[in-house]
Amino acid sequence: MAGTGKSRVISCSILAITFPAFAADLDEKLAPCLACHGGQGQSELENVPSLGAQSAPYTVIQLFMFREKMRVSDPMNEIAKGLTDADLQAMADAFAAMPPPKPPPDAGNPARLEQARALTEQNHCNTCHGPDFSGPQTVPRLAHQREDYLLKTLRDYKSGARHAYEPIMLEVLQPLDDAQFVEFAYYLAHLR
Amino acid sequence: MQGAPSTAAEAKLAPVPALPIATAVDKLPTAKLKLPEGFNIEVYAAGLTNARSLRVGDNGTVFLSTRVLDRVYAVTDKNGTKEVKTIATGLNSPNGLALNNRTLYIAEINKISKIDNVESQLDNPPKPTVIYDDLPSDAPHGWKFLTVGPDNKLYFNIGAPCNICMPSDRHAQIRRINLDGSGAEVVARGTRQIVGMDWHPAMKVLYFTENQRDWLSEDQPNDKLNRLLDPGKDHFGFPYCAGGDIPDPQFGWGHSCDEFTKPVAQLGPHSAPLGMRFYTGNMFPAPYQNAIFIARHGSWNKTHKIGGDIVVAKLNADGTVQSIEPFITGFIVDNNYIGRPADIEWLKDGSMLLSDDYNGAVYHITYGPPRQAGMGH
Repeated sequence: MAGTGKSRVISCSILAITFPAFAADLDEKLAPCLACHGGQGQSELENVPSLGAQSAPYTVIQLFMFREKMRVSDPMNEIAKGLTDADLQAMADAFAAMPPPKPPPDAGNPARLEQARALTEQNHCNTCHGPDFSGPQTVPRLAHQREDYLLKTLRDYKSGARHAYEPIMLEVLQPLDDAQFVEFAYYLAHLR
Repeated sequence: MQGAPSTAAEAKLAPVPALPIATAVDKLPTAKLKLPEGFNIEVYAAGLTNARSLRVGDNGTVFLSTRVLDRVYAVTDKNGTKEVKTIATGLNSPNGLALNNRTLYIAEINKISKIDNVESQLDNPPKPTVIYDDLPSDAPHGWKFLTVGPDNKLYFNIGAPCNICMPSDRHAQIRRINLDGSGAEVVARGTRQIVGMDWHPAMKVLYFTENQRDWLSEDQPNDKLNRLLDPGKDHFGFPYCAGGDIPDPQFGWGHSCDEFTKPVAQLGPHSAPLGMRFYTGNMFPAPYQNAIFIARHGSWNKTHKIGGDIVVAKLNADGTVQSIEPFITGFIVDNNYIGRPADIEWLKDGSMLLSDDYNGAVYHITYGPPRQAGMGH
């Protein structure tokens, strides 16, 4: 249902841009973000990441790349256009202060999760992203991110559709295949 | 992560990328840096996000590349006021810059391009013209250093697209091309990644820094200072031998480090030596003449960080290394970076420029009595 997903994104951006103008400056700038990414840091939209408790330096880098069109996404390039460096930092700090996303209600298949956990250790994902995948500094938080977004991100790095600020993920993903990406995404979304 | 042991997570080590926001001029760390007696450091220009390779034009324009951004900057000086212009954007990790006969050459990951008469077109620069693009497009270690040799050819590296792997015959090498992009030749092999090169002023030999693999151990292997005495034949060891003296645990079987060209100096494990330049100017004291100044960007793959400094390699008459001494220190405070030196270049008066990609700034290092504000210069 890619078409449906896209139209929802566009409509939520338009909705956000008409948000009441009496909000404070930062709130006004955050409103279009929250309309799609979720008011409490948890996204309800397909392929749109949750940003609650996301590491601020990571978010600054992504917003910068959207602003400079080094990372391409129509709604994000539009929203980031005209933001100052100080805006990027303030918005990233605001997301970092929101509660982290919650895991899905189903606990997941224990055998599958255990196999996927071993796969993440074998590939040293936890070395940079942290043992609990809370992502220090410029390395993103992955714990309880939306499964569809995690999978999309891995595929986009591998295909080159997503520009990497540092090429470390491109290097790491070289020997891995799509079936493994599906398992990584499942594991990180369901992490307990 | 290629080459990392199963216990790597315990060390909690990850690369330390610079934020894409330059540090405000009043927050730059110059006051915390230490230099030898008689040397001074001040901010030359700020607001140059991710400033990397430095080149200085005949008219005094300072050119700066970026690695994680897509642009090249030009800094001009109007009566002491610096003006920053972005002269090219949309480039693919344009780390390498070289100047020759008023032409600026730019090395991206997958192409080399040029802007003729660049200093007379700073306000309305044309798009760079591609002269060479027979290059791999891998982003890991794909960024380049670029220099023009005494033979009027462009020299640049193609890194290994990995931490440790068997590279293809198009990777882990130095190539040279004519200034029009023709005549490509491989002049060195077995180089993992290079981010600094320069030419011995008397011997006209290429010297270069080389960064060695991660995850072998906290204290091994050493990064290297190499020189190319036998173009086309020298092999510097990757992936068989690391640091000049350690057979690789995976690829070293059946090989000896003696098969490969030895470094002229070891520069510390994981210390990440990047930009390097020979000193031929008239400002610094005589013992620095023809010495190599090396910017060590600093380690990430090491619990207690090292590097984050400028060291000086003084050479013997035959070009071998006599000593290596610290020159500027203090970029590491409490095991954190307050800046990271990336490249070095000389102004006409013999003073030094130093780029810091972590803060997005360029520093100016002079020798002699500190200049007084308001006295002009």
